[in-house]
Amino acid sequence: MSKLPTPSRASSDKSSSHPGFAVRSSATSSSLASRRATVYDRNMNRRAPDLALSTFAFLFSEMVQYSQKNVKGVQEMENRLSAYGYHVGQRVLELATVREIKNAKRETRVLGLLQFINTTIWKAIFGKVADALEKSKDQEDEYMIIDNNPVANSYISVPKELSSLDCASFQAGVIEAVMDGCQFPAKITAHSVPTELYPLKTVFLVKLDPLVIEREKYMR
Amino acid sequence: MSFYLAIIGSKDNAIYSLDFGTYRQGGDGTSKFSADVRQLCPFIVHSSLDIIEEVQWTNSAMHLKVIDKFYNYLISAYVTSGNIKFLLLHETRADEVIRQFFVDLYDLYVKTLMSPFYSVDQAITSKVFDQRVKMLAKKYL
Repeated sequence: MSKLPTPSRASSDKSSSHPGFAVRSSATSSSLASRRATVYDRNMNRRAPDLALSTFAFLFSEMVQYSQKNVKGVQEMENRLSAYGYHVGQRVLELATVREIKNAKRETRVLGLLQFINTTIWKAIFGKVADALEKSKDQEDEYMIIDNNPVANSYISVPKELSSLDCASFQAGVIEAVMDGCQFPAKITAHSVPTELYPLKTVFLVKLDPLVIEREKYMR
Repeated sequence: MSFYLAIIGSKDNAIYSLDFGTYRQGGDGTSKFSADVRQLCPFIVHSSLDIIEEVQWTNSAMHLKVIDKFYNYLISAYVTSGNIKFLLLHETRADEVIRQFFVDLYDLYVKTLMSPFYSVDQAITSKVFDQRVKMLAKKYL
């Protein structure tokens, strides 16, 4: 409340046609700018109350519609959604670390990192842990993060002709950014695997870069 | 005592650098590097990046402490989870104080990252950031 009167006075200064006032108002606005709260004044540990799912669904549906424009195929659209998620992931990774700075450590092994994504990152964004983390039986470099009810898919119904589209690609982008940030380059793809119990079930297939596998062997 | 701070991005690109001095023992906060040493600072600091690359896989701590020496100068390093490196060139060993400095600097860095107009690995040009880093330097070093 105390801040309110100041800008209004500045604007009334500006509205007056007196030349003397004009100079003073520019001085006031510059000093106002220096006093304005910046991103550095915010407290990162104060968590905002959970955002309503409807708000997210609305924003996300706009993102999906936007990424549908001027794309050639499902693949390209998924890449776009993944790119949106990438921006989120880059930031969430560092933010989640800072909030747990007391026992923060860097992940240096694949399994540790995947568990970190599965629990800490998923909780930070979606308020729940992912449902399962599995290692592929026949491929050494593939892991699966399984979400029975991904938030990104909750209000999306995919038309028949786009049946291979999975909008949870957005979440795949988040995973990719976290893996990349920790120096574990990987390709992450989202595949919907509907079951009777969980019609929205999505498997995030993590395919690690050969470089990571090599390093992992060396560190063993 | 003088310090040189550098923030290095995930692609080994320089994001931010600052040289400053101590406020303790009657210092005025400006660095007392001689002209030659001041020029050398970036080289000394950047040359320790190779060592970090090795150490960061054997040590999962964020604060790697003193990782390199150059004559009388010591280099401390801190690696964030997104692989952004904070490097500090200093003269005397003070791990705990430097750790606190790095932790607070990490806080500032993440705040910068939270700005929608900043992207990872971009140089930090914010005046407010600069000012806050100097405040941290005054507080701890």
